[in-house]
Amino acid sequence: MTATLTGVDVAPPAAPAKRRRPVPGWLAVVPLLVFTAIAFGVPALAMLNGAFTVKDQATGASSYTTGNLTASLQGAYLTALTGSVKLSAVSAALGTLLGLPLAQAVVTSRSRAVREAVLTASGVLANFGGVPLAFAFVATLGNAGVLTVHLHLTDHGWDLYSFWGLVIVYLYFLIPLMVLTIAPALEGLRTQWREAAQNNGATGVQYWRHVALPVLAPSLLGGLVLLFGSAFAAYATAAAMVGSAVPLVTLQIADALSGNVLVGQENVALALSLDMVLVAGLVMAVYLPLQRRSARWLA
Amino acid sequence: MARLKPWRWAVFGLAALYFLVPLAASVVFTVDVPGQGLTADAYTEILSTDGFGSSLLLSLELAAATIAVVLLLLVPATVALRLGAPRLRPVVEVVCSLPLVVPPIAFVAGISTVLKWGPDHLSHTPLFQTFVAIQNPDFPFVLVLAYVVMALPFVYRALDAGLRAVDVRTLVEAARSCGASWPQALVRAVLPNLRGALLNSAFLTLALVLGEFTVSHLLGFTPFAVWIVNVGGEQAQLSVAVSVLSLLLTWLLLLALASAGGRSRTTASRG
Repeated sequence: MTATLTGVDVAPPAAPAKRRRPVPGWLAVVPLLVFTAIAFGVPALAMLNGAFTVKDQATGASSYTTGNLTASLQGAYLTALTGSVKLSAVSAALGTLLGLPLAQAVVTSRSRAVREAVLTASGVLANFGGVPLAFAFVATLGNAGVLTVHLHLTDHGWDLYSFWGLVIVYLYFLIPLMVLTIAPALEGLRTQWREAAQNNGATGVQYWRHVALPVLAPSLLGGLVLLFGSAFAAYATAAAMVGSAVPLVTLQIADALSGNVLVGQENVALALSLDMVLVAGLVMAVYLPLQRRSARWLA
Repeated sequence: MARLKPWRWAVFGLAALYFLVPLAASVVFTVDVPGQGLTADAYTEILSTDGFGSSLLLSLELAAATIAVVLLLLVPATVALRLGAPRLRPVVEVVCSLPLVVPPIAFVAGISTVLKWGPDHLSHTPLFQTFVAIQNPDFPFVLVLAYVVMALPFVYRALDAGLRAVDVRTLVEAARSCGASWPQALVRAVLPNLRGALLNSAFLTLALVLGEFTVSHLLGFTPFAVWIVNVGGEQAQLSVAVSVLSLLLTWLLLLALASAGGRSRTTASRG
């Protein structure tokens, strides 16, 4: 950077006209911002507005209220919300812990075929959520599943349709998502850093503790947030697998969206959506400053 | 390096066990039916079931449109952030992260509220025709809008990571001083260096669209994932067989995309 600037300063002003000013950069950003405002901003505002609105059945007039939000934080709705947060936090933490060694093994693998195969597989599996995933696990570990029957797991107290059953299923797409997220950062770790640490007498553990992990921290946190958001938002898998055995907020929203609510609570689905947004927003508010603080190492 | 090997194989082994056993068990479950012995009925039934081709085609069209739109929006923007508008970086970062805090089910709640405005308030305005057009069941463009928003965080992340490894400014300056125009510099100098990131983005978007269920289901459209659920609820063997098939299908598509990327890599390398 410095070298370029000096070069420009020293160069004789022979051909200043050739060095045209670049096109204003923000012009290229405008379409993106306009698109998000329409495709994302409008529905988000509609949700926000609806969460605070109640429609009078008799007159059809709308009025503003906090009743929807209050209703969404009571009873079964509250249980579902805390259930979702707990499930997402546990699965995201486990996914991060298990995804990191796998990503490191992939990135340091010298066989290009292995690397590409695992990364491609991760791309598939990270999005293998939804109903197919639920069906695959029901066929494997469900009550009549192949493993359950052959290993007599039910006798040992195994139940797929429970909190830990869902964690095991969620990890199936969370670990690959972590691998995809963290692999570029791991590739950014320079061999010189490890060599420098070794030359100074550091052990492998010390290198990871004092060099690699601090550099990776923002990417790891970013991955953790992605995983949390992914688990928190998952709907189809849980819906197909557990029905309502494990209370989750997404199941409650779908239920409410299909009209399964008390009269006067038609907009509770929107209020619940707002609750989800607030929880996820809180996580982001923690993550963004942290990420900005230490992203410079991999630049 | 050599001393790391056993550790690496242990990790790969455990991962393979966890990720392959459910797939293998699903296949066993579909072909080894209690009381019938080995049979492939579950698989032959799928192909003869109504709606297989049309729903799959719809999903692929939606995926192609989504990939095109998301890349057209994000590639110029992220490159510009590196070159001329670093001060907009936090803005774009927040905008591209916002969809993460609005889960699909909350997003679809908002979309269906907006779509209700069409018949409720806008029926006498030209905008109403737009509302009708984007909900055309043959090609519901509203799903493309939703999918692009849902893909934004992942694609932004992939492109940003790719750009981080490339000295865009030097590349563009070199291309410009060789007489390239701005579009030429972008297409011939920057994009080839971003091939990995672009492919990664396309992977993520394709897989996202092919597997997407929540939004399309709650808005009442029938792409592939929704078709699977509709057809699969009836019989355990058939539903698992469709799941296995959908995974293989996604995998094949991604492999095709990956090998296409690999080929262009060899032809375009330092020519």
